[in-house]
Amino acid sequence: MARYIALIVAFVIMIGIFAVGLERDPSKLPSPLIDKPAPEYELPRVKDPMSTIGSADYRGQLVLVNIWATWCVGCRQEHNYLLELAARNEIPIYGINWRDHRDDALVWLERLGDPYVGSGYDEDGSVGINWGAYGAPETFLISANGTVLHKRIGPLDEAIWQAEFMPKITAQTGPIR
Amino acid sequence: MNRILVLCVALLVSSTATAIDTGAAFEDPEMQARYENLISEVRCLVCQNQTIKDSNVFLAADLRREIRRMMAEGMTNGEIADFLVARYGDFVLYNPRKSGRTLILWITPALLLGVGGFVIVRVVRDRMKMPIDDDVLES
Repeated sequence: MARYIALIVAFVIMIGIFAVGLERDPSKLPSPLIDKPAPEYELPRVKDPMSTIGSADYRGQLVLVNIWATWCVGCRQEHNYLLELAARNEIPIYGINWRDHRDDALVWLERLGDPYVGSGYDEDGSVGINWGAYGAPETFLISANGTVLHKRIGPLDEAIWQAEFMPKITAQTGPIR
Repeated sequence: MNRILVLCVALLVSSTATAIDTGAAFEDPEMQARYENLISEVRCLVCQNQTIKDSNVFLAADLRREIRRMMAEGMTNGEIADFLVARYGDFVLYNPRKSGRTLILWITPALLLGVGGFVIVRVVRDRMKMPIDDDVLES
């Protein structure tokens, strides 16, 4: 009898492991940056190569940092949502234009609209590496004291925003009214 | 005939033209060996079952460039691994470290082997206690 119970318990544990493991997307890795200080950076602006934009510009603010590129399909997919989010004025969005061509990025922002406070032009991808970027779009929620609260790999939408970002934001600021 | 020869030569040359990182990264052969060893230990996060040595993706090229930079700055292999793990997590190393969260990777096989061994020993012992053949019981 004890033997059968042991077998059933082992079976249930296995089912549990499979249920969790098989539902996971192995292309989406947990970021080691969560709860750590966000990487500092300073980049020339996409729209104005003569001036810079970077982490110093949003020190003391709760912000989103969005890694995007014109070659990235998911970025096109989430773009309208980013515009909508920016229009709501809930949170500033800072862009890092990752491994892109400036001309393409300018056309993109011109044609599709610009949800960003500003975008830094990470031509050689070294800032992207500091953020642990490997698959744009990647969106980071940064607290006022510069800690990474959350990272989302893949396009944003309202459902993800409400489910993943809002709880972390309200935990910081109290409910947004 | 000449055309075929030219074609063959062209094909031969073209295969080297597509090779990744043509030419050595370091003049010092020892550094070059260290470099090649390092990049064959780092996972390409975009193409997860390739090392950055084998991958053509821009991210792999960027990571190779960062590794060359760090080596040129005199960082040790351990420091370079720390740099990568801090940004991309343990998964980036093909040979995960034997500490912290990855410890379970190293312990589990031994643990499973132990459990299996224990079960086998139990089963064998139980069977040894059984009478060897039915005749013995009857007599």
